[in-house]
Amino acid sequence: VSSNVLVDRLQFTLTVTFHYLFPLLTMGLALLMAYLKTVSHLGRDDHRIRPLRKTAGEREAYEAAARFWAKIFAVNFAVGVVTGIPLEFQFGTNWAKFSNYAGGVIGQALALEGVFAFLFESIFLGLFLLGVGRVSPRVHWLSSLAMFVGSWLSGFFIIAANAWMQHPVGYGGNGRAVHLVSFWHFITNPWLPWQYAHNMSGAAMTGAFVMAAMGAWYALNGRHPEFSRVCLTVGVTAALIFSALQIFPTGDQQAANAYKYQPPAFAAMEGAFRTEKGAPLVFIGNPNTETRRLESSLAMPKLLSFMTSRHFTGKVTGLDDIPPNRWPNSVPLVYYAYHIMVGLGTLLVALAVVAAFLLWRGRLLANRLVLWLLMLAFPFVYIANIAGWVTAEAGRQPWIVFGLLRTVDAASPARSVPAGTGIFTLLGFAGLYLMVAVVFLLLIVRIVARGPDDPEHRVAEHGEAPGEPGPEPAHPAPVAA
Amino acid sequence: MGTLWFVLLAFLIAAYVVTDGYDLGAGALHFALGRTPAERGRITAAIGPVWNGNETWVVAAGATLFLAFPKAYAGAFSGLYFGLIIVLWLLIGRGLALELRHQIDHPLWHQACDAVFCVASAVLAFVLGVALGNVVRGVPLGRDGYFQLTLFHILNWYSLLVGLTAAVVTCAQGSTFLAARTGGELGARARLWSQRLVPAQVVALVILIIPTYHVRHNMLNVFGDHPWTVVFPLAALAAIAAAVVAQVRGSWLRAFVANSVAVSAVLATLAAGIYPWILPAHQGRPFGLDVHNAAAGHHALAIAAVWWPIGIALALGYFSYTYRLLFRGPPA
Repeated sequence: VSSNVLVDRLQFTLTVTFHYLFPLLTMGLALLMAYLKTVSHLGRDDHRIRPLRKTAGEREAYEAAARFWAKIFAVNFAVGVVTGIPLEFQFGTNWAKFSNYAGGVIGQALALEGVFAFLFESIFLGLFLLGVGRVSPRVHWLSSLAMFVGSWLSGFFIIAANAWMQHPVGYGGNGRAVHLVSFWHFITNPWLPWQYAHNMSGAAMTGAFVMAAMGAWYALNGRHPEFSRVCLTVGVTAALIFSALQIFPTGDQQAANAYKYQPPAFAAMEGAFRTEKGAPLVFIGNPNTETRRLESSLAMPKLLSFMTSRHFTGKVTGLDDIPPNRWPNSVPLVYYAYHIMVGLGTLLVALAVVAAFLLWRGRLLANRLVLWLLMLAFPFVYIANIAGWVTAEAGRQPWIVFGLLRTVDAASPARSVPAGTGIFTLLGFAGLYLMVAVVFLLLIVRIVARGPDDPEHRVAEHGEAPGEPGPEPAHPAPVAA
Repeated sequence: MGTLWFVLLAFLIAAYVVTDGYDLGAGALHFALGRTPAERGRITAAIGPVWNGNETWVVAAGATLFLAFPKAYAGAFSGLYFGLIIVLWLLIGRGLALELRHQIDHPLWHQACDAVFCVASAVLAFVLGVALGNVVRGVPLGRDGYFQLTLFHILNWYSLLVGLTAAVVTCAQGSTFLAARTGGELGARARLWSQRLVPAQVVALVILIIPTYHVRHNMLNVFGDHPWTVVFPLAALAAIAAAVVAQVRGSWLRAFVANSVAVSAVLATLAAGIYPWILPAHQGRPFGLDVHNAAAGHHALAIAAVWWPIGIALALGYFSYTYRLLFRGPPA
């Protein structure tokens, strides 16, 4: 790796990882807030659909919860937007040869995102956050749905671009550049649906555990009991649903795709150094690339073969059958990232099951241990999601487009963007993002400390209360409606 | 096909300049117009609901460039590396200052956010102008489609001039917008600035004509080859005249719309003059990227020509809908 490529990789790793912490929650919360708003707007005392059968008091609590989460959402969304723009730019600034090579294909997905989803989402967010009192309750509810659709559509197009990099289809071309041959194949990439489902379920799980953590925090403090109950009910239920979906079928199918289309990545994930019939499923162990062995491992015999081929004696290709120049650059990184994701995912499912059981029996609020666990669990959901992305991205190496273009051949030419320039901007991003993180945490802590009843701190306030005429006399030429 | 995408791209860039231009200008004039913290609060309140939607046009424009002319995207973005990374940092700082200003009700927090917002807006308008100037002037492209410009080469005299002009134009837009959307002393001040800046912007644009001809002689050929393109500069003149008339009559919203039309017409003139180049080489040098050699494959452009207009039509539809909702009622 020549040094400018290394710097470009470090910079993209930093900017994409930091960025994804925010849309992860945005997409999850958008779903849950749309749910809160739907219950509040459509709920009736005698509604036929069970979750919508709510009394006026309960609907009020759901509406208040939606308002409170909108404050968190607004700060989170703002950071997500401003840290997202650098990613699109960096395809050109730092990965010019990649853009040149693959732009004719993945330009579709990124432009679809920019044109459809991003505009949609940003404009409706403005309406949702500032529209309280300016628009009818119905329009406000619809804008919450539009925000959900917009943010999940954004996610879809981004995953479509990534899915093509993981498993290129529908292209043609020479060694210098590829072009789109079939948009249909591009958008029906077999890699895409499961990666998308797995990713979005991970986002929903993040929103759910964050919501449950907030409920647990107020419950343990004995503050805001009604709000806390709504958060725990919605959060724990969603956590159970999505953490289960995360493992089966989405995680299982995602792993099956890796097994089918990216054997080196799959072997690294599982720590399979040798090709075996009846391969074991490794729970823990330390991969040693020097000796090409998995040390101190704890494994279930034959299970991996069963999971991949549905036969206990099925063959699993190991790294020894793959030329080392096609191995991921760091086999241990892929292995650990994958095992951290799976390990945390398993623990989170267990917690969700216990909490959901207690919720169902009406004993959750009395169980302080489980409330503590719920309160402390949410950072691990973030870690699991990021670890999943590290598995996907480091697993695809040494390729930037699997099987077609190597990462070392994809960065901007060193004469345009020398390593020194890259180091300067990498440090700049690191400093700027550190500051952004501090400000973000400060604001979130403030919002949480003030709680959902805070009357003077409304989301709708950009200076003055909306809908009220300004303090001064109206201007002679007001904007016509 | 390449020509179609050139036109669509020019449309997106114009949409970005017209929409985000006025909130950049309002930011650059933040302290000049908003003398008290309360007045500055009203400026950010006036653009608070719309700046994010406005800024998405630049994302759409960048993505469309990537889609249609990946080679130009790769060459321009890597060659102008420093300039663009600075743009990114400014966008981050400005966006956060705007979104987070009202989160904490403390005078020092407001001052800090106001300062970041003002400086970032002014420098952004200038740097984006510098980038445009470099494209018009042409860049030292190599055979492989890449070039290298160090920071001081990006800041060449012609591009600096375009950057200053861009700052004046966005300030004219921003003050006219605030003249239409705010009342009281703030509104009166905005009207005064608008009356000065709209003519100043005309002067700046006229001054720019000769240097532009100097760096790109064949710019005027388009009016000979395709005489109908004369409508662009004529429309710009007519729109500026309309803006001045509207100012005199005190219809500030009309003045704002007319000036926006004028800015679009100026950009259209520039686009017509540059065509068919997307990323031209220096005057008289080879290896420039145009709508043919930089375009993506035919299938990609044909498919996108189907969904792209749908997406933009939808975007324009709900853009105008939210604008109507949020702008209903008396000015702030």
